Amino acid sequence: MEPEVKIRARDVNFYYGKKPALKNIDLDIYSQHVTALIGPSGCGKSTFIRLINRMNDLIPGARVEGKITLDEMDIYDPETDVVDLRRRVGMVFQKPNPFPKSIFENLAYGLVINGIRDKDFIEERVIDSLKKAALYEEIKDRLHDNALMLSGGQQQRLCIARCLVIEPEVILFDEPCASLDPISTKKIEELILELKQEYSIIIVTHNMQQAARVSDYTAFMYIGELIEFGRTQKLFTVPKEKMTEEYLSGKFG
Amino acid sequence: MVQTMAFSRTNSKRLGQTIGFVLISLCIVLALIFLGSIIYFITVRGIHVISWEFLTQVPRRAMTQGGVAPAIVGTFYLTLGALLFSVPLGLACAIYICEYSPATYAVNIIRLSINNLAGVPSVVFGLFGFAVFVKFFGFGVSILSGSLTLGIMALPGIISASQEAILAVPQSYKEASLALGATHWQTIKKVVLPSALPGILTGIILNVGRVTGETAPILFTAATFYTRGYPDSILSEVMALPYHIYALMTEGTRPEQQTMIAYGCSLILLCLVLLISAVAIYFRQKQRRMYGT
Repeated sequence: MEPEVKIRARDVNFYYGKKPALKNIDLDIYSQHVTALIGPSGCGKSTFIRLINRMNDLIPGARVEGKITLDEMDIYDPETDVVDLRRRVGMVFQKPNPFPKSIFENLAYGLVINGIRDKDFIEERVIDSLKKAALYEEIKDRLHDNALMLSGGQQQRLCIARCLVIEPEVILFDEPCASLDPISTKKIEELILELKQEYSIIIVTHNMQQAARVSDYTAFMYIGELIEFGRTQKLFTVPKEKMTEEYLSGKFG
Repeated sequence: MVQTMAFSRTNSKRLGQTIGFVLISLCIVLALIFLGSIIYFITVRGIHVISWEFLTQVPRRAMTQGGVAPAIVGTFYLTLGALLFSVPLGLACAIYICEYSPATYAVNIIRLSINNLAGVPSVVFGLFGFAVFVKFFGFGVSILSGSLTLGIMALPGIISASQEAILAVPQSYKEASLALGATHWQTIKKVVLPSALPGILTGIILNVGRVTGETAPILFTAATFYTRGYPDSILSEVMALPYHIYALMTEGTRPEQQTMIAYGCSLILLCLVLLISAVAIYFRQKQRRMYGT
C-alpha cells in the first residue's frame, strides 16, 4: 500500500533565462517518509527542491511551468502566500548558515518574525527544538553565545533546530552534509531518520551511500530529467533503467 | 651553469621583493609624517590660546578676545543637522537600490549619477543650497539651509558606503531568513541591516569628518562672521568653526592675534571631528562584537 502523497509535481519545467534546467518532472513525495534525490552535479536536484519552497523566486529571469501541489495547495498559484508556504516547508542548506546572532536568537527568529512575543512560549519551543535536533545537551549552557562559535556540525544541527521551531510539515535538505566530517554526518543522518516520524523529508545528496542509508524512496535525475523513481531498496538493488544502474555502479557521475 | 642561473634568478626575485617592501614602507612613513606634522603644528600653535574662557565665551573686541563658543555650537548643530538629514535618506536610497530596484538600465544610470555627485565641488553645493534652500524655500541664511546643503553633500558618500555594506551581506543569511517564512522587509530589518551596520557606520564616520570641516557649502547658506550670542532656532544664522578660521585669516584689523586664534580654532575643529568619529567607532565596535565575525 502506497503512503499518502504530500507533494505532487506534474509536468514541471524550469528555465534559468532560456536555459532549461528541469524537463517534464513528475514526482510524488510521500508523507512521513524520506525521499532522496540523487544524480551528478548540475542534474537539477537542488533546483527541484528549491521550487518547493519557491526559493528560486529570488533568481532573476527564472521561469517555472507545470504544477506542484502541497496537499491541495497549488504552490505556484498567484493567490498562494509565499511566506505562508515557507512556514510549512522548512529548508536546511548545503552550507550551515546560522545568523551572526546568539544561538537563542537564531532559534527564536522564526517565532519572532511571526509576531510571537510570549517569552515562556518561545523558550519552551526553542529548547524543545534543540532537543529534537539532538543539540541541547551539548550547548545548553551557552544558549546566549554567538552561533558562529559552534563547530560546523553543530551549526548544521542548529539550522535544523531553527527550522523545527516553526513546526513545518515538510523539510528540504539540500546536501546537508556536504561540508561536514563523517561523525557530524552520522549525527545528521540519525536525526533525519528520527524526524521522518513527524515530517515529510526530501534530501538532495551527492552521496549514494547516504541516500541508501537514510531514504525510503529515491529519485535519480540526470541533466534535468527524472530517470527513475522507486523504493530505495529496489532502486539500488534492481534498477529498471540502464542509466541508473551505470550511475550506481560508478560508470559516470 | 644551469644551477647558477636558477640561483641568481631566485636572488633577483628576493631583491625585487625587498625593494618593493622598502618602497611601500617608505610611503607609509611619508603619509604618517604628513599626518603627524599637521597634528603637531596645529597643536603647538593652537594650544596656548585654548582656555576655558576660549571654549565657553562669545568673541569680543573684533574677534581678538573672548572665545569661540558660538562657532563650536554652530558647527555642532550644522553637523548634527546634516546627519539627521543625510543618514536616514542615504540609508533608504541604498536599501532601495540594493534590495528593491530592478536591475535595469535606468537604475544603473542612477547609481552612476550618485557616484558622480560625490565629485561635485563643494562650492557648487554651496551655490545650489543658496538658490534652493535660502531663496526658493525661503529658509534664509540659517542652520536649516546649511544643514540641508551639507547633508546633500554627504549623501553620495553615505549611499555608496551603505550600498557596499549591504551588498557584502552573504546571500546565505537572506536565504535562511526567507526560508523561515520572513518577509522581504523583515529580512532586511532583522538580518541584512544589522550585518551591514559596521560598514554603514564607517561610511558615516568618513563623511562626518568631511561635513564638519567644510567651508564652501555653508559660506552662503548658514555661516556668519560674527554673532553676539547663540542661535535661538534652526532658522538662525550661526558662526561655524571652518568659516571662522577663514574669516580670521582674511578679514579684520589685527592679523597677528587673529592668526593665533585661527590655529586654536583648527585644533578645536580637529578634536570635534575626532570626538564625533570616536562615538561612531564605539558603536561600530559594539556592533562588531555582537555580530562577531
